[in-house]
Amino acid sequence: MTPRPALDVPAILKEAGLTALVMLGLTVGLVGFRIPDGIGASALETRFGAVAMACGLAFAGRIALILLREKRPRRVLFASTAYAVVVALAQAAPVLFSPAATERWITLRPFDSAVVNGMTVVLAAAFALRAAWMEWRHRRFPGIKERDKAMDAMGARVQRATHFFGPALLLVAVILPFLPMVDRRLLDIAVLVVTYIMLGWGLNIVVGLAGLLDLGYVAFYAVGAYSFALLAINFDLGFWICLPLAGMLAATAGILLGFPVLRLRGDYLAIVTLGFGEIIRIILLNWYQFTGGPDGISGIPKPTFFGLEFKRSASDGGETFHQFFDLTYSPVDKIVFIYYVILGLALITNSFSLRIRKLPVGRAWEALREDEIACRSLGINATNTKLTAFAIGAMFGGIAGSFFATRQGFISPESFTFIESAVILAIVVLGGFGSQIGVVIAAILLIGLPEIFRELQDFRMLTFGGAMVLIMVWRPAGLLAHRTPSIRLSDRGGEP
Amino acid sequence: MLRISGVHTFYGNIEALRGIDIEVNEGEIVTLIGANGAGKSTLLMTVCGNPRATHGTVTFEGRDITRAPTHDIIRLGIAQSPEGRRIFPHMTVMENLQMGAVTADPAHFDEDLERAFSLFPILADRRSQRGGTLSGGEQQMLAIARALMSRPRLLLLDEPSLGLAPMVVKKIFEIINEINEQRGITVFLVEQNAYHALRLAHRAYVMVTGKITLTGSGADLLADPEVRAAYLEGGHG
Ligand SMILES: Nc1ncnc2c1ncn2[C@@H]1O[C@H](COP(=O)(O)OP(=O)(O)OP(=O)(O)O)[C@@H](O)[C@H]1O
Ligand SMILES: [Mg+2]
Repeated sequence: MTPRPALDVPAILKEAGLTALVMLGLTVGLVGFRIPDGIGASALETRFGAVAMACGLAFAGRIALILLREKRPRRVLFASTAYAVVVALAQAAPVLFSPAATERWITLRPFDSAVVNGMTVVLAAAFALRAAWMEWRHRRFPGIKERDKAMDAMGARVQRATHFFGPALLLVAVILPFLPMVDRRLLDIAVLVVTYIMLGWGLNIVVGLAGLLDLGYVAFYAVGAYSFALLAINFDLGFWICLPLAGMLAATAGILLGFPVLRLRGDYLAIVTLGFGEIIRIILLNWYQFTGGPDGISGIPKPTFFGLEFKRSASDGGETFHQFFDLTYSPVDKIVFIYYVILGLALITNSFSLRIRKLPVGRAWEALREDEIACRSLGINATNTKLTAFAIGAMFGGIAGSFFATRQGFISPESFTFIESAVILAIVVLGGFGSQIGVVIAAILLIGLPEIFRELQDFRMLTFGGAMVLIMVWRPAGLLAHRTPSIRLSDRGGEP
Repeated sequence: MLRISGVHTFYGNIEALRGIDIEVNEGEIVTLIGANGAGKSTLLMTVCGNPRATHGTVTFEGRDITRAPTHDIIRLGIAQSPEGRRIFPHMTVMENLQMGAVTADPAHFDEDLERAFSLFPILADRRSQRGGTLSGGEQQMLAIARALMSRPRLLLLDEPSLGLAPMVVKKIFEIINEINEQRGITVFLVEQNAYHALRLAHRAYVMVTGKITLTGSGADLLADPEVRAAYLEGGHG
């Protein structure tokens, strides 16, 4: 790309300054002085703050217009989006936040009048849209390629940094329950995040490695959860025995689904898997005698630590954790234990998928994702290869489902709606298909942050959607889309 | 070795192959030339069972493979370098070669790799480069090398010279000759580059809209006035 001519900064400032002056002339008389309502108010009230604000905004708006005219939309996009969001939040603060927080937010309002503020927000949003549109149209120009390259390089760097970053993250994860600022609420969030990380890693096998778009992953999560709940309640089996059984049942469900649909590709496969997810949910909802229908299943047993329970007092014949180790009873112990269970399960999922990538079947998955015809011409049995991916992904989903059931103690079809599949898929997609650490980052972003910022209520879903759109526009392959070769060469050019 | 007799193949209602008879004997290089859309690629794909022939039979070393699934056919000792190379773009050269060896005995891998690199030294230098970033010629070499990793007895090549510079085309054809002479691998070659392909071939076939219209030794067809008019004039003629 030819280098763009530099902006003529003094000229721009002059033009914008002129606009601000005009604004000053217009507003100083109309806005700056105000005769207060009411009787006996002899003193003229001055509102020079509002005048200054109006001039400042006019100045900034003019610069934005000039930048748009000069086809430099990026800064305008960021700035006007930020302005619109902040002012909108400040304006809506009383509805959204606690009174204390509202106090602080209100200081961010540029003007007193809600109507005026709203108009500036609309204007800023219009600027942002215009800039976004321009940015979008310029995607075809090499600027985008350069940025993609830079992002790729960053992805590669992050992947390399994973060697140090990964263990560090793992260490944090392991000692998390003992960190001073971690309370019960944060630990609960951590359990949730790690559950989704595990689900993300499981789905990553199907979507990221094998390239099969599965929109019904929650079906396997549900099969795992219900398998565990029903086995535990009807046959009085413990968590640790049920876990592999639930995994196997979910894998079977994966194969059953896979058989008819794996000849489909891309969108068609996605639609059928979506349907499968709904079918499972509807079966769970309507098979009342077996699953309890909409009432769900309650009283699902909690996991035990080698037979030791996490209760205040042992059920007959049992012993509790704190009795055995001579500790005082603390309800947090149970959450810490639960946290370690899911952390362990997630780590197993991770090391499994890292391992299998280097095995022939894992490599075949990746090859299948890249080019199915080439794979067939190399003698790979595409159907079986896809089925294994489906089954293994389903198995991990099922295991995570069992964990979900035991943690909640209660499950119902409501926990297994399409939105769950969408969120898990979003984690995989945002993380960059096939990137293990990307899934972790995406899960923290998508699950952890919204939980932590629960006060923002509905706005977090809006932000969630907005973030998704932005990332898909800028980085369609995912945040950390970068593939490391499955074989490492000891020395370049040397003998393997 | 490979016998195709009376094969018809359909894409929906379109009859792409209308009764093809071709025979490839052990140790030969057999070339198939024809205009765009004649059905050459379809024939190679039909040998591999995707799409399947609706009539007629394909036999390989006496075994009927007309109805066998693709992956079984490949395991019998046929390798295909499909049209458009179809290497795995995000995988490294090494990984591409490993994919080629999935049906082979892993014990042979190092030896086969050695042979691939001696045939295509450039690939040895590029072994950790991603397939998609190789030049067109290198990609074609990789596609052939990958096909050879399964130790085939019959190699099916679909337009290996597609989009390559004349020097590289020459090189590729030299290597095909070497594969045939030194390793004793039978080659069934589909080509647009009639001049080179016919010079290389022991025998050749000409296909026109799903039918074989001419057959003979490579030299015969090279001298044939009709072939010259249709496929060589304006080229190397
Ligand atoms: N998947 C398909 N579906 C429908 N028709 C197809 C398909 N593949 C090929 N055809 C048709 O079959 C005919 C033969 O195609 P084929 O690819 O075998 O030609 P070709 O001889 O290899 O041509 P080229 O030299 O251009 O590669 C063409 O008319 C083509 O349009
Ligand atoms: Mg063709």
